[in-house]
Amino acid sequence: MRKIEKDIVVVGAGPAGSMTAKHAAKKGARVLMIEKRQEIGSPVRCAEGISKHWVEEVGITVNNKWVAREVRGAKIKSPSGHTFLVDEKNAGNEVGWVVDRVLFDKALAADAARAGTEIMVKTSATSLIWENGKIAGVRAQTYGEPIEIRAKCVVGADGYESQVGRWAGIDTSLKADDIDTCYQYRLTGIDYDPDYCEFTLGSAAPGGYVWIFPKDEDTANVGIGVQLSKVKHPADPKMYLDKFIAKRPGLKKGQPLEAVAGAVSICAPLDSVSMDNLVLVGDAARMIDPITGGGISIGCIAGMCAGKVLAKGVKANDLSMNTLQEYETMWRDRLENKQWRNWMAKEKLTTLSDETLDKIVHTFSQYGVEKLSVQDLLAVIKRHHPELVKEFEELI
Amino acid sequence: MIVSIEKCHHCGACVGSCPKNAIFLNDLVLVFSDECNRCGRCVKLCPVGAITMEAKK
Repeated sequence: MRKIEKDIVVVGAGPAGSMTAKHAAKKGARVLMIEKRQEIGSPVRCAEGISKHWVEEVGITVNNKWVAREVRGAKIKSPSGHTFLVDEKNAGNEVGWVVDRVLFDKALAADAARAGTEIMVKTSATSLIWENGKIAGVRAQTYGEPIEIRAKCVVGADGYESQVGRWAGIDTSLKADDIDTCYQYRLTGIDYDPDYCEFTLGSAAPGGYVWIFPKDEDTANVGIGVQLSKVKHPADPKMYLDKFIAKRPGLKKGQPLEAVAGAVSICAPLDSVSMDNLVLVGDAARMIDPITGGGISIGCIAGMCAGKVLAKGVKANDLSMNTLQEYETMWRDRLENKQWRNWMAKEKLTTLSDETLDKIVHTFSQYGVEKLSVQDLLAVIKRHHPELVKEFEELI
Repeated sequence: MIVSIEKCHHCGACVGSCPKNAIFLNDLVLVFSDECNRCGRCVKLCPVGAITMEAKK
């Protein structure tokens, strides 16, 4: 069997994988990144909205090739149609772009390659190699040929359906409350406001929301996430989405260019995403904002943390937890608090009735919000509807 | 478990949500392993309803 030897093997060439590979390779580690698909970035399973504030931090150069649309803000819609406008004034850097993931993912992988990463497509990991009780790489299939990739550290960047973590024995299992099941069309020929991302809350999407993310003047990603625990019948997500579209004349006349299915975790941060000679990053580590379902920014930031720590470990020839603990500390310092807070907020939000959501969104639209953070939002509700905020008290 | 290849979008949502890690996406075909205990989560989870449970023998 063909054997390849590297310092680091990254399984999965999404944003988190590429970011890990880039930052490790930049500091001199010999990195191989494998991707099971024949094309990095495709098929897209994403609503493609990102904020701007983190992009520079992780060293991504903005390129109009992958920016599909710059938006001015977001419209949060309540069940009966109240709209809370979030714009650059109160959302600051949270407002952002709708990207083209097919090109975005390739751009990030190209950055990793420029830093010295080797990439193999059409190559899927099949199991971990264990040696003397330690992880020593992965077995894989490349174009149908079985190979062994020996490495000092394995990076599981294999997305929502991650196998690497499960093989290693890291608990990544999810409760039904912590899963959103999603469906999306790219609709063209629609009438809508192409300058804002729109989110509709309430029973139109039980436990989740319906999104409209602009791709261009008359084309948008129109999709839905429904909390798995609130699904009553098979195919509910598609049914709810079709119903939503049928009720909006501007959308109803649109034609689909693409249909996308998928699931996303909306859980609290995992207790551990690393062990001797192995780390998880991105969706594979369940690093997703439980309120928005977004994971690109967190995945990239965690990937950068992982890459830097792995490079250090390669130099010190120690990729045990002695070294990798720093990765846990770095990503937690940066991301864990917000994921916890937003998970708790999600746990409450998903219990609210349409009437309550109407009141809340109406309150925001009437009185405005200085800054878009869970705390600031709750402070506004507390001022005007103290009875609604009791359950959220611990989050303020 | 029965998978409708006409409905399946090959998205992997069921793979990542299976509590027993009993579902695999081999190229474009969903495969259930013996680990499957027919809990039914994937039936509800599939956004397009591509998975059904056959009646117990």
